[in-house]
Amino acid sequence: MSNLKTLDHAAAAEIFIKDEARTDWHDDTLWFVRQKRDKAVNGIAEWEQLREWASQIKNHTLSNLDNYLTAFEKQAEANGIKIHWAADALEHNQLMHKILKAHNISRIVKSKSMLTEECHLNDYLKKQGIEVVDTDLGERIVQLRDEAPSHIVLPAIHLKKQDVSETFHEHLHTEEGNNDPQYLTEAARQHLRDHFIQSELAITGVNFAIAETGGFVVCTNEGNADMGAHTAKIHVACMGIEKIIPKAEHLGVFLRLLARSATGQPITTYSSHFQKPRPGQEMHIIIVDNGRTKQLGRADFRNSLKCIRCAACFNTCPVYRRSGGHSYHTAVAGPIGSILNPNLDMKANADLPFASTLCGSCSNVCPVKIDIHEQLWKWRQVIVEEGYVKPEKKIAMKGMAWIFSNPKIYRWAGKSGRWFLRTMPFLGNNKLNVWYKQREMPEAPKQSFHDWYQQNKNK
Amino acid sequence: MSSREKILATCTANKPALVDLPQLSDEHLTHYDDKIAQFKFVLESIGGKVVALENIEQVKEEIATHKQSGELVVDTVFSIDDALKTQTSFDLERVDRAYLQATLGVAENGSVWLYEAQMGNRLLPFICQHLFIVLAKATLVDNMYQAYQKLNITETGFGVFIAGPSKTADIEQSLVIGAHGARSLTVYLV
Amino acid sequence: MKVGLFIPCYIDQFYPQVGIATYQLLKKLGCDVDYPENQTCCGQPMANSGFSALTGGCDKNFVANFDAYDYIVAPSGSCVLHIKEHLKDDKNPTKAQKIRNTIYELTEFLVDILKVEHLTSNFPHKVGFHTSCHGQRGLHLSSMTERVLPQFSKPEQLLQKVKGLQLCYPERKDECCGFGGTFCVFEEAVSVKMGKDRIEEHQKNEVDYITAGDVSCLMHLEGILKRQGSKVKAIHLAEILNHE
Repeated sequence: MSNLKTLDHAAAAEIFIKDEARTDWHDDTLWFVRQKRDKAVNGIAEWEQLREWASQIKNHTLSNLDNYLTAFEKQAEANGIKIHWAADALEHNQLMHKILKAHNISRIVKSKSMLTEECHLNDYLKKQGIEVVDTDLGERIVQLRDEAPSHIVLPAIHLKKQDVSETFHEHLHTEEGNNDPQYLTEAARQHLRDHFIQSELAITGVNFAIAETGGFVVCTNEGNADMGAHTAKIHVACMGIEKIIPKAEHLGVFLRLLARSATGQPITTYSSHFQKPRPGQEMHIIIVDNGRTKQLGRADFRNSLKCIRCAACFNTCPVYRRSGGHSYHTAVAGPIGSILNPNLDMKANADLPFASTLCGSCSNVCPVKIDIHEQLWKWRQVIVEEGYVKPEKKIAMKGMAWIFSNPKIYRWAGKSGRWFLRTMPFLGNNKLNVWYKQREMPEAPKQSFHDWYQQNKNK
Repeated sequence: MSSREKILATCTANKPALVDLPQLSDEHLTHYDDKIAQFKFVLESIGGKVVALENIEQVKEEIATHKQSGELVVDTVFSIDDALKTQTSFDLERVDRAYLQATLGVAENGSVWLYEAQMGNRLLPFICQHLFIVLAKATLVDNMYQAYQKLNITETGFGVFIAGPSKTADIEQSLVIGAHGARSLTVYLV
Repeated sequence: MKVGLFIPCYIDQFYPQVGIATYQLLKKLGCDVDYPENQTCCGQPMANSGFSALTGGCDKNFVANFDAYDYIVAPSGSCVLHIKEHLKDDKNPTKAQKIRNTIYELTEFLVDILKVEHLTSNFPHKVGFHTSCHGQRGLHLSSMTERVLPQFSKPEQLLQKVKGLQLCYPERKDECCGFGGTFCVFEEAVSVKMGKDRIEEHQKNEVDYITAGDVSCLMHLEGILKRQGSKVKAIHLAEILNHE
């Protein structure tokens, strides 16, 4: 399922919101996750200290990334892991295809990896006639529906159990109309067990890659990464260059932050530490750039590379909750997506930094202290500077700036503007006025504060 | 230039000036007066079961009982069968109960750590239907910082923190226990 | 102590009563207040839309108007935050820096600088407090539900001193109202939905008024309230604190 952009965020969000009951449900469901997160983090007195450490560890790592990458490579190779490097999404997909072809593989299972979503690996392999079975329950649901995940941790959060039931009835032949999550999950367990035990190659993501040990950590709740990786004769783990951390002891910070931020759990059910392939197994790691080194060079935006993909910023974002992940038309949606994606394609994603009120809640929940809302503001400046805004907007802004730079003109325009509102409200309150669509205009007072002050200052 | 060289060269060119790595310490972290109570509280809140045992012999008896009743039980606590290593997913898929010894438990999050050697086979703790962990009370640590101080993750090819049974909430945020891994997790504290 | 009163453009034009209340309140509390008459706008509407390159004129005008004061006070967290973070004047960098350091949002000025202990205000109504984001998360006027830090609230500290006032919070204590500057028109659907949801929570509390430290949020909420034909009114915090 590729993310072909058809509508910008505002337009897609408007369609999403038309079903208000469903929007409320989406909002409430994600707010519930935010509340679980609040409860979990309030149980940790040292929460802010952990965030600070995590942020500093990541800042340090980014400032020495080349050396940590080579240290990781060396150690991983010593552990018997094969390392591949991919400059972009296409090379990542080609490398994967090469490994598949070399071993003549047809049975592939994949656990959740946002990187492979970002690279559109499934689409690429499908075109080569190769099918990948997604094994994370949420990802399997959206895969069967030929949709993209709408959330990086909860891929099927846009769907109701009735939708899942219909999809499973069609593809897994479950009872029609049985919407019980327990029943549906059990059906998926049985269906995917067959795929696991027969799998020849398992693809996983990487949550943390440790430079010091050459090993990597994968976190899941379902156990699907392990079911695949420990069964298949080949395990391919895909990671962005920013997944590196210097030492194993740093996991003691990140693993405390990740699940609490993501779902409010104290830790994911499984935090699997892969060090060496098991005897007879082949283990590969594909290290992917795909725009990350470019982002590293953007001083204002480089710290977005600290992201550990917990999605806390999604769950807290009042805009995300009311517009759904698909409105962001990218693999990584939400506030973090809105600061990562303009780096990949500024023109196609020029709308995203504007899909925010800059309320700042995202930066507050971020476990690695990315200044997300400040970067949204900065991206807006870059996007305007690069010319990716509508000319009408530019003209309006220039006009406003001119008025505000000239106090006399401002006062004159104010007077005429208020006069305009007071005397001919139907002109202001028309269909072209977007404000007025669902809101009344402010009442125009007879006198501005400036005028009142002039009359009253000496009283 | 290969992609490897290109990526590394761009990193070198684009990285900011070196900043210091923070010094972690246990000083600022929460310690629990009663680690056992904390561990039990957290693990039970995430769907696990904690049973305090006087005597490890009780586990031995339990294993024997279940074996007798015809269930497929794998035990690596009391003896590790070398054949386990080479068993495939097709063999292990039938395992009803697996009994494993853990290295340590973490009070803060209810997780236990297992080295590969303690699993006998990497797949076992995930593919079995029900997982039973034997854990010495004395190995409980307060938090993850202490856990990593004690562990050497390079000791074996694979190791894992397990916290509770396999679960998912991917359908409407309804929690369902038993996604792909073990349907239940019981920790025997001895 | 010479205080320069900064009345943001939309307050000047559409909500003069908020400016009047702020002015009167500061006078009542003994401040030597002055309104520099050539002030216009802080430049935020352009900057938040990505056009910070066009704010040079606003910056220059702001520095020219407010250079002479010990403190600058405004009844808007959002505009104060913008000045604090973005005001620059290449010709007068020290002046701009001084302004950035001495500008205060009204409630933080009352609590931190004037250290107000008593208010003579009286407002016998049930009032829902809307926490405006820029004042809260930007200026730290109150603690934030996302953070694990001690709880406090400067606006609440003041509202507690108002006779007869019954203060209520919505269920989601500090969720954004959806105004967001030009977001309110460019993302109209989400903006209005966010506002409606805030209002619904306040209505559950059966409030008479919704108050906030920012007129921008209130203008947005008021627009929705009026369209709904609601009896709930929007009122700025300064108007309550000045109400006798």
